Amino acid sequence: MDIHSERKINADLLRPVRHTSVRFVALVAFLGTVILIGFGSWAYQMWNGLAVAGIKWPVFWAFYITNFVFWIGISHAGTLISAILRLVNATWRRPVTRCAEVITVFALMIGALFPIIHLGRPWLFFWLIPYPSERQIWPNLRSPLAWDFFAISTYLTGSILFLFLPAIPDFALMRDQMTGLRRRVYSVLALGWQGTTKQWHRLEAAMQIMAIAIVPVAVSVHTIVSFDFSMSPVPMWHSTIFGPYFVAGAIFSGIAALIVAMAVLRKVLHLEEYLHPMHFQNLGKLLLLISLLWGYFTFAERLTTWYGNAPAEMAVFWETQTGSYAPLFWTMVLCNFVIPFPILAIKRLRTITGCVIASSTIVVGMWLERFLIVVPSLATKHLPYTWSYYRPQPVEIMITISTFAAMVLLYTLFSKVVPIISIWELKVGEQAQAQPRLSVEEEEERRALWRARP
Amino acid sequence: MKALYALYSDPDAAQHAVNELRRQGVQDRSITVITSQPYEEYEFSHRYKQTWLFWIAAAGGAAGLGIGLTLAYLTETLWPIITGGMPIVAWWPNIIIMFELTMLGAILATVVSLLVTTELPSTQSRVYDSEVSQGKIMVAVEEPSDVDVGRLERTFRATGIHEVKRVG
Repeated sequence: MDIHSERKINADLLRPVRHTSVRFVALVAFLGTVILIGFGSWAYQMWNGLAVAGIKWPVFWAFYITNFVFWIGISHAGTLISAILRLVNATWRRPVTRCAEVITVFALMIGALFPIIHLGRPWLFFWLIPYPSERQIWPNLRSPLAWDFFAISTYLTGSILFLFLPAIPDFALMRDQMTGLRRRVYSVLALGWQGTTKQWHRLEAAMQIMAIAIVPVAVSVHTIVSFDFSMSPVPMWHSTIFGPYFVAGAIFSGIAALIVAMAVLRKVLHLEEYLHPMHFQNLGKLLLLISLLWGYFTFAERLTTWYGNAPAEMAVFWETQTGSYAPLFWTMVLCNFVIPFPILAIKRLRTITGCVIASSTIVVGMWLERFLIVVPSLATKHLPYTWSYYRPQPVEIMITISTFAAMVLLYTLFSKVVPIISIWELKVGEQAQAQPRLSVEEEEERRALWRARP
Repeated sequence: MKALYALYSDPDAAQHAVNELRRQGVQDRSITVITSQPYEEYEFSHRYKQTWLFWIAAAGGAAGLGIGLTLAYLTETLWPIITGGMPIVAWWPNIIIMFELTMLGAILATVVSLLVTTELPSTQSRVYDSEVSQGKIMVAVEEPSDVDVGRLERTFRATGIHEVKRVG
């Protein structure tokens, strides 16, 4: 790759950082307003108590816990996918990884906020931290809620570092190219990076180790989120399939969210030269595979429940198949399987537009899936006289909408201060493509030439 | 003088310069190559490949495991209350805490050792040229003796470089 290509890549990928359009300011203002309304709703709930939400006996877990599971699932888009692609050395991953890793960090932050919102008294959150209260009471580490704390903290820490480390060389590049206050800020973030051979080797080795460590952590996070449910003897929760079912669902919704984000970035930031249809094709194939896996898990879960014919479980089962939750259930099946499957399976339809349509329906379908796991089981528990319904209240709806706005806002602001595609990794990819392909003999001869010391 | 360096537009020329410097008797440890991306396929980037990072990560993981085990055991015994019919020290759930802290230990050890071995963050001024971020490759000889400066400049120029820069 020649020096002009390098300069072009720098200019293209730093353009969104250098220039601020009116549309950007308008979008930030709009999203900021939605988030402020969300904060207002939360403050209203704190002031008046959880009664203003639709949560009431026996449905004590509803929108907030649905959102918690949904956002933790979305977080599987990034670090996990990026780590897997890094480990298998998929060369096409380079423009995709940072777009994905950012989703993880922000989705985890938003997801982890929901148990705190759900507490009603968020200032008591610190009781979950393994630290004794003033009465010397320690948290119960045998509770799945404490496991959540450990799993999410580890995943968030790992994901932030996984995002930050490969960004250091790009911060150094920006330090060299910016002026004034920006230069000072990027100098701090670059940590004095030079780009020596030693630094590059250590960075690559560290990223390899992080990738190895982060994959099992990501799997554990959503398994532990599933344990919040499956550890309880609640109909249709107490299931051994829940761990892998949740992980598959998380990867499913995560990849879908990633495709939507990439398509928007491609269009808005004019990244057509870097995010190719091939990236969408490949992610679309992965999405197709997970769609089949999701269908398989849903069928296995439903079949075993139906075949077991336990009265308490069948009450929840029929409530979702033909009862009051049936419209949501069949919409979920439509969104997660019936619509995306043909779009992703037929090559001619697996275009960027096709992938975005399939992904958008999957994001909706996976939110419904989380809702259908949480609410019907609680509303239709063992004793029929406790059965009830849940109606979401404006406070919950507003807080939910504002978290979607928060995700978009955080993503927008991030892409304003950091190149959304890793510049140095992209250059490595371009360099590898520019290298002429040599035969085995030529390669060996070339290596021998360079090995020869004077 | 702190360093003498030249900037190259392509990695083949940089490799040639490194080979010429070696031919002039400059030790590998005095030659610094600074790039805007890792050039794995070039010999000049093959130094420092050996690393203890994997072992340090494993040690960090072992330390995390120990902390997880101790934390779970102490927490449960400091507030010994039976819940859900589980024993006070319940190993099945404790495995989860131990696993998470093992991974956290490995991740943190990796990051700390990366920063330590690469001497980051650094506030000292080092040999660097902002042209590197535009794709140039810097080949520098650090701490050259005064008698060698002229000879090194000639060596750099012989590799097709017009300007040889000095630091310090």
